[in-house]
Amino acid sequence: MIEIDNLSKSFTLHNQGGAEIPVMAGASLRVAAGECVALTGASGAGKSTLMRMIYGNYLCQSGSIIVGGVDIARAEPREILALRREVLGYVSQFLRVVPRVPTLDVVAEPLLIVGEDESRARERAAELLARLNIPERLWSLSPTTFSGGEQQRVNIARGFAHDYPALLLDEPTASLDAANREVVMSMIEAAKARGAAIIGIFHDEAARDRLCDRVVDVTRFVPGLA
Amino acid sequence: MTTPLLSVRDIEKRYGARIGCTGVGFDLYPGEVMGIVGESGSGKSTLLNCLAGHLTPDQGEVIYHDRQGVGRDTVTMSEPERRMLSRTDWAFVHQNPRDGLRMGVSAGGNVGERLMAVGHRHYGGIRSVATDWLGRVEIADDRIDDRPSSFSGGMQQRLQIARNLVTGPRLVFMDEPTGGLDVSVQARLLDLLRGLVRQMGLSVILVTHDLAVVRLLADRLMVMKSGHVVETGLTDQVLDDPQHAYTQLLVSSVLQA
Repeated sequence: MIEIDNLSKSFTLHNQGGAEIPVMAGASLRVAAGECVALTGASGAGKSTLMRMIYGNYLCQSGSIIVGGVDIARAEPREILALRREVLGYVSQFLRVVPRVPTLDVVAEPLLIVGEDESRARERAAELLARLNIPERLWSLSPTTFSGGEQQRVNIARGFAHDYPALLLDEPTASLDAANREVVMSMIEAAKARGAAIIGIFHDEAARDRLCDRVVDVTRFVPGLA
Repeated sequence: MTTPLLSVRDIEKRYGARIGCTGVGFDLYPGEVMGIVGESGSGKSTLLNCLAGHLTPDQGEVIYHDRQGVGRDTVTMSEPERRMLSRTDWAFVHQNPRDGLRMGVSAGGNVGERLMAVGHRHYGGIRSVATDWLGRVEIADDRIDDRPSSFSGGMQQRLQIARNLVTGPRLVFMDEPTGGLDVSVQARLLDLLRGLVRQMGLSVILVTHDLAVVRLLADRLMVMKSGHVVETGLTDQVLDDPQHAYTQLLVSSVLQA
């Protein structure tokens, strides 16, 4: 489902003397449907950078990233957007929303943009929020004022609203209490069971051991270190 | 493969020896929102005005594919044809609502006038459509007979949007639509615009210097400097991994609130 070949990335800082910082070389990785792969490596080794490249958020200098038949390294913006709508989901650590939009709508939005009927989308959103223990009295409010843990759970609800065939998870269980952590882990297991290909960053070792079929240390993709 | 709504090729506009904008080309597809960012004087408004037919470019083509799928160059079409297009298929939202509204005419009249310009004649029908649109832009229906001069800046901008969208355009040009509004009003307007863009499947070309606005509204970005396009790409990619020196400067210059 996700096929990464010989990927390289460097940052050129034009306003800091044109410094060129190579951050990744020869990164290759394959994730099959129903498989969950954990990225590991010390902070700064490039886990998030690789995730962002897969999501099309960072450009790559060379190589290919094929998700659902589309090469993200070469695709047009609208092809990447279509892929993000239908195929590739991303649960980041931070919630980014338009102020004023109610939580229920934030969670339902991914379903509405793939053409799901409005009442069904809201029903599904409500079900996810309830499962993640977001009190119903908060659903009509914007999540911008919620606590960190609540925002994280709204973010997860949104990321799991549509059944994406491929999912990127950046620390999905961080900052959650034991009960909610268990809910999120069972959601990830359910996504695997329905055949989603998952790449995740899990600092939570117990979660990683339970959910992941393989571990890939991105340190071996750091130029000059391999 | 869908055909683009707008195909722009090699647009150049000079003011004497000075370059307004040059070498600009892109395809805009149905339902796409493209942001054009850059500092004052970068040529973004000149470009927008060339695309919308308010300025005649010195060279280049702006091919618009109409509802029948026929592609026509709006640079070379006749003035009446272009005017018809700007009343039916196109809309233009000005930064200053006073430039897009008729200040001496009631709110309902401002919306109804666009409908009459495309042939609506039934007064009751026009009034009910106008009332419906004022509601959609969150203007209370008891303000329908008031003049926009009695409205706040945010309300005026929402009225301008209603006036523009009432005829169901396919392509909307926006020049700094949230400029000059305070932040709480901006957020409301952005939320409203996002909803309307999705519901109506609008294609939008949005000029702004506000990177937060493009992050929320635009699918893709074009970054301009000194009349040239220096970088293009998916909005979040350009903002999070800018490649050109100027874009890096622009992104790193934003103050964190």
